Amino acid sequence: MSVLEVQDLSVRFDTDDGQVHAVDRLSFSLGEREVLGVVGESGCGKSVSFMSLLRLLPETAVVEGRAEFDGVDLLRAPASRLRRIRGRDIAFVFQEPMTSLNPAFKVGNQIGEVLRRHLGLSRGEARRRTIELLELVRIPAPERRVDEYPHQLSGGMRQRVMIAMALACDPKILIADEPTTALDVTIQAGILDLMRDIRERLGTAIVLITHNLGVVADVADRVIVMYAGRKAEEAPVHELFAQPQHPYTNGLLGAVPRPGVAGVRGRLREIPGRVPSLASLPQGCAFAPRCPRADDRTRSEVPELREVRPEHLVACFHPGPDA
Amino acid sequence: MTTADPAAPTLEVVDLVKHFPVRGIGARGVVHAVDGVSFSIGRGELLGLVGESGSGKSTVANCVMRLVEPTEGTIRLKGADITHLSRRALRPLRGDMHMVFQDPYSSLDPRMTCGQIVGEPLDVQGIARRAALDTRVAQLFDRVGLRDELRFRYPHELSGGQRQRIGLARALAVSPTLLVADEPVSALDVSVQASILNLLRDLQDELGFSCLFITHDLATVEYLCDRVAVMYLGKIVELAPTRELFAAPKHPYTQALLSAAVVPDPVVQRSRSRVVLQGDIPSPLEPPSGCRFRTRCPLEHRSAPTSHEVEPPLVDVGGDHYVACHLVGRGREAPSLLDPAELVG
Repeated sequence: MSVLEVQDLSVRFDTDDGQVHAVDRLSFSLGEREVLGVVGESGCGKSVSFMSLLRLLPETAVVEGRAEFDGVDLLRAPASRLRRIRGRDIAFVFQEPMTSLNPAFKVGNQIGEVLRRHLGLSRGEARRRTIELLELVRIPAPERRVDEYPHQLSGGMRQRVMIAMALACDPKILIADEPTTALDVTIQAGILDLMRDIRERLGTAIVLITHNLGVVADVADRVIVMYAGRKAEEAPVHELFAQPQHPYTNGLLGAVPRPGVAGVRGRLREIPGRVPSLASLPQGCAFAPRCPRADDRTRSEVPELREVRPEHLVACFHPGPDA
Repeated sequence: MTTADPAAPTLEVVDLVKHFPVRGIGARGVVHAVDGVSFSIGRGELLGLVGESGSGKSTVANCVMRLVEPTEGTIRLKGADITHLSRRALRPLRGDMHMVFQDPYSSLDPRMTCGQIVGEPLDVQGIARRAALDTRVAQLFDRVGLRDELRFRYPHELSGGQRQRIGLARALAVSPTLLVADEPVSALDVSVQASILNLLRDLQDELGFSCLFITHDLATVEYLCDRVAVMYLGKIVELAPTRELFAAPKHPYTQALLSAAVVPDPVVQRSRSRVVLQGDIPSPLEPPSGCRFRTRCPLEHRSAPTSHEVEPPLVDVGGDHYVACHLVGRGREAPSLLDPAELVG
């Protein structure tokens, strides 16, 4: 059973430099209790696609496709309906916990606002529930923290507050966009444990958007690798790391130093060139200019996604793990 | 003493202290950014300085470069004391040490062409002028893998990875003895990081400079450095050859740090046990008494009450391995956080 079904999602922006295709025909589904990892580098469209689902993008964005959630197409639902879904059924956690909290309000009031607005709780009930939520995300002394302002909390603590706020209405889907990127590793470990815990205890489906392959390896069930607005590869997590098919995925895996593996004085694999500008994508496969396997066909024709192994999709004419 | 000693290590830092006084509304006191840090870097050696935010690692770099004035301690470059040299006296030594910054977007002057940026230190140091300068800059561009035409472009026209190559070319223009690199790849995309790290290693092999490499990323340190120093709240808690530190971390903080790092391999990652530290790094305004790590240390029940009163010194436990912990000593097996028996009294 899937809780979210996305079909051919495209996002375009009209800019001075011409039309920018931020997301190009992205399709995927999110299962119940599933942790879906979405990996890619800056500008690959990973954040934009999920923001477009909740219609959080500016009006200059042209969004096409279907996104079915609970019998509704999110991209066409009336604004009033969408407001009830946003924050209640589908909740977002952003990368920067300092800028996503309002510095002028106590954290308790910010979480309480969500509860009063979406669930119609009274002030007293909202406060009690807020303390429970802070406990759930393992903030010590929640009775005291509830009356503190964001600047009184550390970065890791703020991110926990953001997660508590996202979980306030017991959402079906939690979308976490780089939730640990701004945090130190020892704090990151705690947040990742919390994500796992939320899925286990509350059954929430989680979308984890990240550039960090280690984070994905740690918590995701299934992974989508994006490149230049398109899905390059999709597979269950163990399958993806054991049998990476797309040369970009292979490149990424070789580019990260691994503890104990690279060895002293080894070399990292490089991906030559740079991420292409979305305003001037190459004609064929977007990865072709950087790809060691590129040939004439790759440079003229866009490879469609196909299933090369069970549950394993790849958009490449020459798939397979690197030798 | 300002004369260079050819046998001395490239850099010696002895008991470095840097305190920042704070005078603000409701906050008064001293930020103990660096509180007694000593280490040295040999000729051609790469030392990694690892720590989380607020550990003081960047302040150490800034003191070494004399970008901030150390409160106490001594900094020696090739044996010559540079701790309190005036700006003027320091100027000839500027060619001996150079820095690469984290953010390639804000560390390059947007009004200069990339060629001018790389050539500036050569010009200032009077090493090359006019045609000779042009030739040298062209060589440097070639060496760091940049197309020659980029010499006439401005930084904003370049990608992050290209800008960081400019930063490296500029730093290496005057053939420094010491390169200080503060998180040089943290702001770059994963696919670009690899090429910068490889380049740094190639250049180091070829030119033989010493390097103080500052980062929060353990995997990068393991890949690049000869020795590693781990900092926590203004102190070095462990210092060892890279292989040794990663194979047998002794300080509880190092163990926690290593166990918390994520490995990009689901099979390995999901079979690892990890120690999740409780709480947050304390404020450097009021560091804990005694051992600074004790407020988060899972073994605090074993080191107390000594750890509350006495600050553990960084001691040699054998094999060029230094640890600052009351529970670790020479000839004593270091306690392992991953052993459940250690965690109960």
